[in-house]
Amino acid sequence: MSYIKPPFRHPDLPTNEVGYSKKDYEGAISTLCAGCGHDSISGAIVQACYEMSIEPHLIAKFSGIGCSSKTPAYFLSNSHGFNSVHGRMPSVTTGANLANRDLIYLGVSGDGDTASIGMGQFVHAIRRNVNMTYIVMNNGCYGLTKGQDSATADFGSLSKGGSTNMFQAIDLVGLSMELGATFVARSFSGDKTQLIPLIKAAMSHQGFAFIDVISPCVTFNNNVGSTKSYDYVRDHVETLSMMDFVPDKTEILVDYAEGDSKSVELHDGSAIQLHKLASGWDPTDRNLSFDRLHQSRDKGEILTGLIYIEPNGSELHSVINTVKKPLNSLSEKDLMPSLATLELINEDHR
Amino acid sequence: MKPTDIQNPEYFHKVVDCQYACPAHTPVPEYIRLIAAERYTEAYMINWESNVFPGVLGRTCDRPCEPACRRGRVDEEPVAICRLKRVAADNKGDVKTFMPQGPFAQNGKKIALIGGGPASLTVARDLAPLGYEIHLYCEQKTGGGMMRSQIPSFRLPETVLNEEVNYILDLGIHTHFNHYVSSFKEILDKNYDAVFVGTGAPRGKDLSNLPGRQEAAKNIYVGIEWLASVAFEHTAKIGKKVIVLGGGNTAMDCCRTSLRLGADGVTVAVRSPIKEMKASPWEIEDAINEGIPILENMVPKSFETENGILKGMTFEKVNAVYDEKGKRTLVPSGEPDVFIEADDVLIAIGQENSFPWIEKNIGLEFDKWELPLLNEITFQSTLPHVFFGGDSAFGPKNVITAVAHGHQAAVSIDLFCNKKSLIERPSPYTNLISQKMGIHEWIYNNDVTPDERHKVPHAATAVTLKDRKKEVELGFDLPTGFKEAERCLNCDIQTVFMEDRCIECDACVDICPTTCITFTTNGEEDDLRTRLLAPSKDLNQELYVSDSLKTGRVMVKDEDVCLHCGLCAERCPTSAWDMQKYIYQVTKAGNTCQKIA
Repeated sequence: MSYIKPPFRHPDLPTNEVGYSKKDYEGAISTLCAGCGHDSISGAIVQACYEMSIEPHLIAKFSGIGCSSKTPAYFLSNSHGFNSVHGRMPSVTTGANLANRDLIYLGVSGDGDTASIGMGQFVHAIRRNVNMTYIVMNNGCYGLTKGQDSATADFGSLSKGGSTNMFQAIDLVGLSMELGATFVARSFSGDKTQLIPLIKAAMSHQGFAFIDVISPCVTFNNNVGSTKSYDYVRDHVETLSMMDFVPDKTEILVDYAEGDSKSVELHDGSAIQLHKLASGWDPTDRNLSFDRLHQSRDKGEILTGLIYIEPNGSELHSVINTVKKPLNSLSEKDLMPSLATLELINEDHR
Repeated sequence: MKPTDIQNPEYFHKVVDCQYACPAHTPVPEYIRLIAAERYTEAYMINWESNVFPGVLGRTCDRPCEPACRRGRVDEEPVAICRLKRVAADNKGDVKTFMPQGPFAQNGKKIALIGGGPASLTVARDLAPLGYEIHLYCEQKTGGGMMRSQIPSFRLPETVLNEEVNYILDLGIHTHFNHYVSSFKEILDKNYDAVFVGTGAPRGKDLSNLPGRQEAAKNIYVGIEWLASVAFEHTAKIGKKVIVLGGGNTAMDCCRTSLRLGADGVTVAVRSPIKEMKASPWEIEDAINEGIPILENMVPKSFETENGILKGMTFEKVNAVYDEKGKRTLVPSGEPDVFIEADDVLIAIGQENSFPWIEKNIGLEFDKWELPLLNEITFQSTLPHVFFGGDSAFGPKNVITAVAHGHQAAVSIDLFCNKKSLIERPSPYTNLISQKMGIHEWIYNNDVTPDERHKVPHAATAVTLKDRKKEVELGFDLPTGFKEAERCLNCDIQTVFMEDRCIECDACVDICPTTCITFTTNGEEDDLRTRLLAPSKDLNQELYVSDSLKTGRVMVKDEDVCLHCGLCAERCPTSAWDMQKYIYQVTKAGNTCQKIA
């Protein structure tokens, strides 16, 4: 078994606008099972960050515990990282984000880490609209402990051991919409053409961006009867729209027929260009999106793509009016009020 | 694109760049692995089977394999393949017991070989064990041909050459040494079943029309003739100041030999720029290391004599000018002519074929360059039972090409004597064997690390320049040989893709260090090459395209910079990728030939 990836890369590997090649966004060789969907998501993150020309040191990656939460070791080795305790990734990310709003925050979690032990943390990060990208690598089972059903396993789904899941699944997409998440999407690890632009848009989005990525557990949940196997997902995927992420909205060149396409402008000047829109759906209309989600659930479809976006929400920093500069760059002068100011404050409390 | 047909023996053969580039198609990675495993005897035998003279070629080969080496495309320098061959030859054990053991049951057919060089000897080796009675005619006192007469002993010790020539002669060859064939008709009249001509390109080019050539004749020598005369010890000294004309390997051998025979000022003058010299880069380097100046853009103008004695040469300075098509012309630079003093001049400006001993009326036809008219695949001449090979076939090339010709001519002769069609060539022997040993373990070492090419140590010039027989290159010691062997990327371990097993999880795409693999919709090759994840510029390197997968896409792998590290197969959950060793052996004369019926 190889533990080290050979250092050679394609001799003509292109570089991005900030002069880095894809290699600079890679991580160590994965120790997950061969064929794990999580590795594809790692690959998509690498590709998205490379294409966005983000300097690796401007990204901070966070995770909890589980197969999913091991993945930050396998991408963005040149970025900041924090592997927290089980289910506590949202709190640690919130703290880091409050301390330095200049970094791009990427949280990686799994279905256990989010929908079970970390549920309380997850919902509050949404409620506060922390400016971060939250990716759930959702395989519907506890892969690290040999494949027991997780809280996102669908009702009636068959496990590898042959038992049927008798509990309702927690739909993380529906839940996050209910709690007011401002960017909600679902994708599939086996579809990078959809996943990469979603990650790019999520990282550009101002506020909490949630992506639920169905990621088959190739060892414990890729059997016939499972609703999270490669074959099942491919057969049941329903895509809301084709999506392009346009880094600068002035570059939008392709015109699609009216009613078939939509462009959503993001805070940083980038834009999401959607085309081949599903009928009766508008990603900025929360009620329509809810309807669409519920219809798909009834039909047994796996709805993927950008499901809902509110591009103008207020993220945590603007709500609580924090200082613009990172805390570690504040000097004594910034932190200590002058004697005159102190006098004024004290006068108020007489 | 249509799915790649990996059943076609040439597809995976082409992926093994070194083997493909080798005229004799020696299975290079296979013997390099054996060297790394300290199995030198087996490594030698793989070479011996394929190229007949591993010890000779491990020192003197032109190495077409090395510029082709994949390592050179992903790293700075290719694997030192040639020098590894020498490691096998230097450290082998008893190889004779692995060679065909005579006496062989005779099949009643008699074959004459004219010339004792690598082509003829190869034919002899391939045919003798099949029961042919081989008669070898050679003007020299023993076999070896140009390997003996033109390659100086400081590059190829006589003992090494003798050993490998004798392995062949010991197969029961009827030798006629010191026998210059002056009439081809005489040979034909002896009613051999087939005749092979491997007489090389024995005539060195001269500068007969240059002013002063006749007056100074006794101090002017033709390079290859002079080298032969040194090799056979008819010449043991040369003047103090020597000019060598020419930029090929013969020129390099001439100048270095001159130093060893007592010259103290040797100059090489080349017409072209140095970067266009025909000599192998390492030969040029060795000459420079011995302190020999190589002067470029010097066109010989005249031999200068005084009272009938050579005093030196005058050269015109030129510049190389290239037209749009890259064609070169040498234009006088306008600088004053250069005079260089010399006591002797060696002319090493190329060599040509020459067949003064072949009568014009016996049915053998020649083209306008006086090369025999031959079938390029069968080497058959216009006389059906006469075959040519080596330099005498298509003009001067090198030892390994002569060996390759010899193999093919032997196949032809065997087919001819068995009254089979010469054009229906028997297929190569091929095999694909999985290298899987455990879940993620392979029989070969798939750990690819950046290691620099190792330099071959040289004996001190103080010693080598005093003795023309003292070998300059010392060869790798065993630890260095091992390290160099580990640089091989094992390109013969093929990435074999089985589409029916693929679940399109992208694991191979994500792990591939050199971004060789893409899953995309199919298209024409030109279009596909633009849609791969990494640039695909080298059109000589194939695209490996699968049949349609479940999602309707295809797997496309650009073979160009694949490291053969096996990570795609390690990360594949369904073993849709497997690492399989590809064996490709060029057909040799023998059983295979007779089986076709």
